Amino acid sequence: MADNPIISLRGVTKVYGEGATAFQALKGIDLDIQQGDFVAVMGPSGSGKSTTMNILGCLDVPSAGTFLFKGHHVETLDRDQRALLRRRYLGFVFQGFNLLSRTTALENVELPLLYRGEDKKTRYDMGMAALDKVGLKDWWDHTPAELSGGQQQRVAIARAIVTSPDVLLADEPTGNLDSERSVEIMELLTDLNRNSGITVLMVTHEGDMAAFARTIVHFKDGLVERVDQGVAA
Amino acid sequence: MLGTTITLAFRAINRHKLRSFLTTLGIIIGVASVVSMVTLGNGATAAVREQISSLGANVLQLRPGQGFGRGGGGPRPPDFKPADLTAIENQLTGVRAVAPVVQSSGTAIYEGSNWSTTVYGTTSAYSEVQQWKVADGRLFLPDEEEAGKAVCIIGNTVRTNLFQGAEPVGKRMRIKGVSCQVIGVLATRGQGGFGDQDDVVVMPIKFVQRRFTGDRDISQIMVAVDDAYDTSTVQASLEELMRERRKVKAGAEDNFNVFDTKQISDTLTGTTTILTQIVGAVAAISLLVGGIGIMNIMLVSVTERTREIGIRLAIGAVAREVLMQFLVEAIVLSCLGGLIGLALALVASVAIAPLMQVPFIFDVKVNMIAFLFSAAIGVVFGYFPARRAAALNPIDALRHE
Ligand SMILES: Nc1ncnc2c1ncn2[C@@H]1O[C@H](COP(=O)(O)OP(=O)(O)OP(=O)(O)O)[C@@H](O)[C@H]1O
Ligand SMILES: [Mg+2]
Repeated sequence: MADNPIISLRGVTKVYGEGATAFQALKGIDLDIQQGDFVAVMGPSGSGKSTTMNILGCLDVPSAGTFLFKGHHVETLDRDQRALLRRRYLGFVFQGFNLLSRTTALENVELPLLYRGEDKKTRYDMGMAALDKVGLKDWWDHTPAELSGGQQQRVAIARAIVTSPDVLLADEPTGNLDSERSVEIMELLTDLNRNSGITVLMVTHEGDMAAFARTIVHFKDGLVERVDQGVAA
Repeated sequence: MLGTTITLAFRAINRHKLRSFLTTLGIIIGVASVVSMVTLGNGATAAVREQISSLGANVLQLRPGQGFGRGGGGPRPPDFKPADLTAIENQLTGVRAVAPVVQSSGTAIYEGSNWSTTVYGTTSAYSEVQQWKVADGRLFLPDEEEAGKAVCIIGNTVRTNLFQGAEPVGKRMRIKGVSCQVIGVLATRGQGGFGDQDDVVVMPIKFVQRRFTGDRDISQIMVAVDDAYDTSTVQASLEELMRERRKVKAGAEDNFNVFDTKQISDTLTGTTTILTQIVGAVAAISLLVGGIGIMNIMLVSVTERTREIGIRLAIGAVAREVLMQFLVEAIVLSCLGGLIGLALALVASVAIAPLMQVPFIFDVKVNMIAFLFSAAIGVVFGYFPARRAAALNPIDALRHE
């Protein structure tokens, strides 16, 4: 694989809180993610997986260290620049879906396009295409309350990929789903990785899910313990 | 960008109808109460002014004795004589019209109906002094006045109670046992602060003196001051003239009093103005309370919506865009609430004003102030909590419970 990682972390630390209650969640992460890779992040609870994902997703900032995205320093960007980075290059899928309530699937999926300033027609076409990709075309006018957990997560994935991001970050995307739905989601992510060329980073606790990945990163106590090439590699 | 924001704002309002309604409600109540209260207060002030002006502007009332009562102990001060009237007419400058008045109360009878009322004996000048108009029929003719003929002009209350539906002009009725012919009906003057001003029968003074009071004394003289002259100057010369005529010794107290109706008018107007101010203050407090309500709902809703803000930030919205959406939402809701409040106040004032017997007066300034104030509260308290939320890291906003 080309040694030109899309994401590169060096000595990234994260400290929560201050003074006596300060807690170091990340103790110096070094990690390279190659373009087009499908990475599973594993590790015990509290090992810093989510913290790392949030930093990679530009939802949070590291306390120290460098974060290169496509060779550019991210840790020095300001809030608005990070927002634009999220808008342009990143898609994030949460364990808890985080869809807007009382808002239809299509409107949820269209939301990132709205912020990108796309017109109504483009929004509709791209939104429907994304919903089609996750197999929910016929459910476009349902609100989250009218969808199952698996369907909600697929809407969330559609929202994350509707902008054709370079990187899709998913923090325990199957954590709230039964194994059958989980496999569907994994197949969807695999498809997006293979056929749409999206780099996928996914946190999971389950070996079955990690088996879909090409690379498996093991976290322990705020450090990367080891990196394995997975079964799918 | 603005189009997007507006789309988002309207979507949010539409999707959260109850929340939007509650936010708006605070503004509606605040605006409606302050505007209707002040509007009705202004109406009441205007009504009082109107009644006062019906007294006749710049009229001096000359009565025997001190003050409204006829003085304390001692002999009753004498009434005025016809010569006093002539003297005022001829010697006083700045006088537009002078009318003598004698009063007597009695019962009027017409075909089996009877009605007890007040008889005013005066001259046609009275109509000029008091700005009374004859709605139907005519005033006294000079020869009727001169001869003290048995003719009368009746007020509307007398007409209603005595003649019911019948046309009174030309009919003969009996007043205090004496027959007289109705020659006119006075234009309605309404329920003044001084009793029913339409419950009167006006007759030539000579008739009243001859048949009812039995002498030629005049109990009251009304002097209308010419607009070109200063009322207090005319009042001073009237007082001087009367002291002279009534032989009041230098240093002794007047045995008559001159009352400027403008004084009553000023006093009453002052009182109602204070009343309006008090009502306005109460209303302002309700607006403030309404404002605090808006503030609360806005604060709660923003706290509630911090997660929403987090989601928007996470999918790539810039803080500015999220804030703009909240600002537009706040402006739309506040203005909507303000407009509904104004409309409600309008409806309420128009409906209540007649019940209170006050005119409806639309005050642009009050409407503007109430609207702007509540809109400002809505916007400020919709915007600032949202600003705090949008300043969070997206992940912290998302974690918000
Ligand atoms: N906002 C926060 N404030 C304080 N401490 C935090 C915060 N977020 C995470 N931590 C702590 O940092 C450590 C790492 O948390 P993180 O969520 O990254 O773990 P994780 O590997 O995702 O665990 P899990 O598998 O349970 O999701 C934990 O000990 C956690 O308690
Ligand atoms: Mg986690």
